[in-house]
Amino acid sequence: MNNLIVYCEIEDGIIADVSLELLTKGRTLANKLNCKLAALVIGSNLEGVEKQLYPYGADIVYTADDARLYPYTSLPHTAIVCGLFREVQPQVCLMGATSIGRDLGPRVSSTLHSGLTADCTSLEIGPHEDKKVGKTYENLLYQIRPAFGGNIVATIVNPECRPQMATVREGVMKKEIYDANHQGEVVKLDVAKYVQDTDFVVEIIDRQMEKSKANIKGASIVVAGGYGMGSKEGFDMLYDLAGVLGGEVGASRAAVDAGYCEHERQIGQTGVTVRPKLYIACGISGQIQHIAGMQESSIIISINNDPNAPINTIADYVITGNVEEIVPKLIKYYKKNSK
Amino acid sequence: MSLKIVVLAKQVPDTRNVGKDAMKEDGTINRAALPAIFNPEDLNALEQALRLKEEHPGSTVTLLTMGPPRAAEIIREGMFRGADGGIVLTDRAFAGADTLATSYALSCAVRKIGDYDIIVGGRQAIDGDTAQVGPQIAEKLGIPQVTYAEEIISVADGKATIKRRLERGVETVTCPLPLVVTVNGSADECRPRNARRIQQYKYAKSPSEKAELESVALYEARPYLNIEEWSVNDVDADLNQVGLAGSPTKVKGIENVVFQAKESKRLEGTDAEIDELIQELIANHTIG
Repeated sequence: MNNLIVYCEIEDGIIADVSLELLTKGRTLANKLNCKLAALVIGSNLEGVEKQLYPYGADIVYTADDARLYPYTSLPHTAIVCGLFREVQPQVCLMGATSIGRDLGPRVSSTLHSGLTADCTSLEIGPHEDKKVGKTYENLLYQIRPAFGGNIVATIVNPECRPQMATVREGVMKKEIYDANHQGEVVKLDVAKYVQDTDFVVEIIDRQMEKSKANIKGASIVVAGGYGMGSKEGFDMLYDLAGVLGGEVGASRAAVDAGYCEHERQIGQTGVTVRPKLYIACGISGQIQHIAGMQESSIIISINNDPNAPINTIADYVITGNVEEIVPKLIKYYKKNSK
Repeated sequence: MSLKIVVLAKQVPDTRNVGKDAMKEDGTINRAALPAIFNPEDLNALEQALRLKEEHPGSTVTLLTMGPPRAAEIIREGMFRGADGGIVLTDRAFAGADTLATSYALSCAVRKIGDYDIIVGGRQAIDGDTAQVGPQIAEKLGIPQVTYAEEIISVADGKATIKRRLERGVETVTCPLPLVVTVNGSADECRPRNARRIQQYKYAKSPSEKAELESVALYEARPYLNIEEWSVNDVDADLNQVGLAGSPTKVKGIENVVFQAKESKRLEGTDAEIDELIQELIANHTIG
């Protein structure tokens, strides 16, 4: 009882990466809380789905299996989540900050009157003292998130209401096998007990999902090029560097507009947001619209001819020089030192 | 079939353009330097509402916002673009509300408006980026929600057909009225202000704003210039469920992110420097 539950998304029988990332994080948190880690999967044809979840540390896998539950719609999934939560009273619930988690999470939190924090970038366990009422709480979930356009970081707690709910974007937490031989138990939920026919009011009449080719969102290293790369061919050395480091190539809007790189690799407000461990900006001046999509990278290296490029102000390392000379050196010395 | 459409809107600081002058020397935000704007995705939502109004003669578009009295500015802005009028939900009791307490207060106001067919708002506001208030209002009203909408394709026979833009694709759904729709920034932009409507509505004011005028005779003669202002009592809200008291989440601490000027290491790109840099990145497990 009072376990930590991760709502797991599933598409074409495959559990979403963001859910596995949350299980990885959830396992660490559950160990600290000394509780079990549970996964909840709602969909259809879920036989055997636990095999995807046990290695990430799930002790319990709840499944709600019904043809009408896939693809996701708000009300039936809300009914099952709320029904289960009323029975098993989890202390924490984590969901992906996806179009599903950000649709489901608020609806569940409103039904159960429990606090929900969106788009957390860090989750920790710790105490909290409410000086006004002179009460202290042990082992609360610290829900840490940027706010105000990323200009402040707030730590949120839910002292009284349960479960403590948080959503986290894909690629923020690390996905890591906990134990390939870890075993748990499957608990099959009786869907009819939770869901009414009247919950199926939204009808999906057309659905077209694409598989993305580049995975820059989830890459832990991003080598990004800007207009300063000069040409499509100029990007070749960035692919070389990314290949050596095990990263992905990204681009600024200016580079994409100039045709140096395809749109799906665009980083910034009109592209994707990335938070890699290492971001190497090559020939990128650093418009705000670009910085907004990468400023949360752990370490930023800027390589630019212009010592006063705006991006340099947020860079940890500023290398003033020609990209054509510096990038080959990075490759050379990585090869030398990585052995 | 005419529709009663409520547009949820929020006045927000323009966090997208945090320039150097918006940061104080100590690295905190100088809020006064940020202009207060109509939340961008709420404008996308307004456009969808105005299109429905055009397609369904006799429909009304009412803006609803919660905030300080000055939020009447965005009601006027909406009227310039085509909304019929609006309500500012304002009360000190609402201060400190998290998304749940906010959605409760707004749902009380929507109930007071009554007989609504469609409630439409932006997916999220740029000062919080939570995307929670829309679905929470839907839950509190006991009606379905369609989030991440890019286009309300049609409303007919008591059903809305809506195209949703998701991370990896699109989905078209139907949903019976009434419902809450939250609209993405990828939807069509809102039409600009209309010159004739600016002339017509530039003196539209809320009670708080009228209190500063010498004469209010104009507002008796032209009732369409009245922007309404509702308090916690006006919407019969339970004081225990609004503001800080009604918020399950509490802010434990806030840290300012110093936007500019990390302490950068400056390198010239010599072989020795690059060699050292790579060794450092491998040593702290950033790469390798």
